[in-house]
Amino acid sequence: MKWGVVTFPGSCDDRDAVHVLRHDLGHEAVALWHKDADLHGVDCVVLPGGFSYGDYLRCGAIARFSPVMRAITEFAAQGGYVLGICNGFQVLCEAGLLPGALVRNRSLRFVCRPVHLRVESVANPFTQLAVPGDVWSIPVKHGEGCYVADAHTLDQLERDGSILLRYCRSDGTRDRHGDVAAADYNPNGSLRDIAGIMNATRNVFGLMPHPEHAADRELGSCELPRCSADGLKIFQSIADWVAETRERASAGSLR
Amino acid sequence: MDAATHRPDVTLQTAREHGLTDEEYDRLCTRLGRTPTWEELGVATVMWSEHCSYKSSRVHLRRLPTEGERVLQGPGENAGAISIGDGLAVVFKIESHNHPSYIEPYQGAATGVGGILRDVFTMGARPIASLNSLRFGSFDHPKTRYLLGGVVAGIGGYGNSIGVATVGGDVYFDPGYDRNCLVNAFTLGVVEESRLMLARASGVGNPVILIGSRTGRDGIHGASLLASAEFDATSEEKRPTVQVGDPFTEKLLLEATLEIQARDLAVAVQDLGAAGLTSSSVEMASRGGLGIELDLDRVPLRESGMTAYEIMLSESQERMLVVAPPGNVAAIEEICRRWDLEAAVVARLTADGVYRVRHRGVEVIAVPVDLLADPPALTRPIAEPAEGAGGPEFTVDDIAEPRDYQQAFRTLVASPNLCSRRWIWQQYDHYVGAGTVVHPGADAAVVQIVGTESKIAMTVDCNSRFVALDPYVGASIAVCEAARNLIATGAVPLGVSDCLNFGSPERAEVMWQFQQAVNGIRDACLAFHIPVVSGNVSFYNETEGVAIPPTPTIAMVGLVRTPEPITPWFKSPGDAIFLLGRSRDELAGSEFAAVVHGKTHGSPPWVDFDAERQLHQVILRAGEKGILASAHDVSDGGLALAVAEACCSVPTGVPPLGARIRLDEGMRPDAWLFAESQARMLVSVKREHGGALRDIATEAGVPIALVGEVGASMLEFDDLIAIPVGELRALWEGALEQWLEKK
Repeated sequence: MKWGVVTFPGSCDDRDAVHVLRHDLGHEAVALWHKDADLHGVDCVVLPGGFSYGDYLRCGAIARFSPVMRAITEFAAQGGYVLGICNGFQVLCEAGLLPGALVRNRSLRFVCRPVHLRVESVANPFTQLAVPGDVWSIPVKHGEGCYVADAHTLDQLERDGSILLRYCRSDGTRDRHGDVAAADYNPNGSLRDIAGIMNATRNVFGLMPHPEHAADRELGSCELPRCSADGLKIFQSIADWVAETRERASAGSLR
Repeated sequence: MDAATHRPDVTLQTAREHGLTDEEYDRLCTRLGRTPTWEELGVATVMWSEHCSYKSSRVHLRRLPTEGERVLQGPGENAGAISIGDGLAVVFKIESHNHPSYIEPYQGAATGVGGILRDVFTMGARPIASLNSLRFGSFDHPKTRYLLGGVVAGIGGYGNSIGVATVGGDVYFDPGYDRNCLVNAFTLGVVEESRLMLARASGVGNPVILIGSRTGRDGIHGASLLASAEFDATSEEKRPTVQVGDPFTEKLLLEATLEIQARDLAVAVQDLGAAGLTSSSVEMASRGGLGIELDLDRVPLRESGMTAYEIMLSESQERMLVVAPPGNVAAIEEICRRWDLEAAVVARLTADGVYRVRHRGVEVIAVPVDLLADPPALTRPIAEPAEGAGGPEFTVDDIAEPRDYQQAFRTLVASPNLCSRRWIWQQYDHYVGAGTVVHPGADAAVVQIVGTESKIAMTVDCNSRFVALDPYVGASIAVCEAARNLIATGAVPLGVSDCLNFGSPERAEVMWQFQQAVNGIRDACLAFHIPVVSGNVSFYNETEGVAIPPTPTIAMVGLVRTPEPITPWFKSPGDAIFLLGRSRDELAGSEFAAVVHGKTHGSPPWVDFDAERQLHQVILRAGEKGILASAHDVSDGGLALAVAEACCSVPTGVPPLGARIRLDEGMRPDAWLFAESQARMLVSVKREHGGALRDIATEAGVPIALVGEVGASMLEFDDLIAIPVGELRALWEGALEQWLEKK
């Protein structure tokens, strides 16, 4: 399994993502420079958190024009796997690889805290290690994480099972008051409590929470009784799916 | 005559307008043997300003202990460096950005963060954690909310963007800061010992490269006019002296600088801070004992028509100076290009010890480097206040017990200085870097150096009310408290960086406070064997003759020794709660006396360095045995607040635990609950470990008392106070936001 983690000017969590992939998963992880259109044969591209291009114009608006993004768009069109975290999610929406947009948090303030997420759907490369209804704990840290899209798009996402993660309470419950999200468990006001979505062809996943910051049980002991390693499940899901797909392909080619 | 060559004549009057004293101007003329040029006047003024030269503080700072076997670099460089073993060093410093933050809170705070980050990575250390220490006026003052909101947004806006975790700090509100807020920013970075980079120019003929942002007109005279003078009615006009920060460029600059150093391309690196190009080039040349020749035509500019004066004094942010052998220039330029940064050779090192600057074919400055870098230290007059700093004595007999303890307790828990700061630190990214082990909200933050087992603890402390009452004692208490906060996480203190915030040094009573505070820091640091490796002095924190309370902020760094870091909150119902240390009925200077009785006079609590050291031994020994479920320093608000915090400071999403506490019958209840006696720690242990803890305490000579047990859903102090712990937590955590929204 080979991962590529993109570094845009201003990316902050790229190093953390590489560290988790190498140290906690034991996989090969290479850095992908934004000016370089070569993806070095990776199986999955990670677009990390941070403030690419200083969030100038809009978050992710400039990153999507970089040479590496052109290569990634092509890669995704061919079925390559792409994981966009926080700023990475913003870049994917700006690039049109995912529908909708991320706008300023309802509170108008940057928020950094662990949140609870309900896993809605598992028949996909990104959450297959979970069971529907599982509640994960992963930190968010963003000022522009409020997911919005028109009602038609939102309904389509629901129908397609493309909403993979929603903000929820520790017991997995949510309020069902139309599109106005409750503040206590939803940190940014995202419509329908959406925290992470994938595309229609099920190979591109964007989420606002940071799985790379919930991947090591030893860290973060002040924020959670025993730090959650729920984030690791996302990376492991992808790795397992890639391995299974490769097995199926080689099994197929033997016939 | 076009703007770029505007060079007025220099007279004594011009010098006075710049802020030079007559003696200083005379010294300049005598040493040069002529009238200085306009540009020479400009650079001499900033270099001799209080902010850059430390002329009023140097004679006192000399008394601070700065040596120790782990010290790799003490004061005098961009930051201090301490060895932590395994070939690694931590590099850290705390710095003030007070005056700019009062004028323009967002940018003032943001550029304060930017400046201290550069001080750390200029030495080759990747920053991994930041703290900040803030002081604002009372919530009744119309500007406080505006300043708090702006400063917090600025710290977050800059710190989050650059990707360095902001893991802690402290905030206090006091009317003494109504017209002078304080913003002290701290950063710590990590570097291999052998790769620690100093800013000592070397190699005659070596080129000096300016990298980073282009130079504009922002911040000119920020050092001399803003940081070295008090505020008055015209202070708003000083807004152009506040610098404007760009964290995105700083992030690129950080990566480029570290890459240049990692590839061994540079001989010396120095960041540009106060007084911009002038101070950094002068300081670097001075440390290396060399001269330097600058050509301002080579400086990349952001605006047209800039004069030599403006280029020399601009405080445009996100710039560094790199000295390198000529053969490395191309490689350095290539790195900068890749990171989309400017790079230009703007100077050359010379052997004659002269600071020369050329602009448009004219030599505008030619002065000896040491004349600029080494102004004479001043021995300012000192006068102890006649009636004693603390005013009339204040004892428990001067007040009546509260009629309603419950109400007094609730008031304190929700008061501005004691309530939870969660509203603030949830605006800071404390996860980036994947190393944070103990997040904001504990006694100290703990960050693990990724790839190692080393866990670094850090805290910042100063109770300025105690310092105002008795500067010597109060300053030593700041050191004691910082040490206790590190010990409470299981860490051994390694080093201090101090940020000394005071009023005008031209006033003898302020200099007395300064002298006493330095002595207090000295004695405490000597007692604990903790060297001061870096620091900062900020004078002139006063407006129209009214100074801030003396605020010698202590940042302290330690290394966790216990197998796991210890945290302050109770862990399990049934655990036994012990109080270590001796309680006295000393309420003077306490939050209780101030908030409930409106009394802020008297003597600060008794300090006993031996008692502190003995307490350290107990916590570390018990921690190493793994028997401490929790440990929490007892400080502001006294024991009652320490218990409340131990109940409520649980991590997000974890239910708080209650407790039942039995008061000591030998003391008046309000004294026992709210006195801020020093050298005390609130700990909890599993019942079966109580005996072992008692043995350790007795052996070390530390008083120990079983004061209660961790309960289920209520916090109770005998029958005086009973509150459901969920309600307590909501009260404590919601108070700051309520204060901010109050009309």
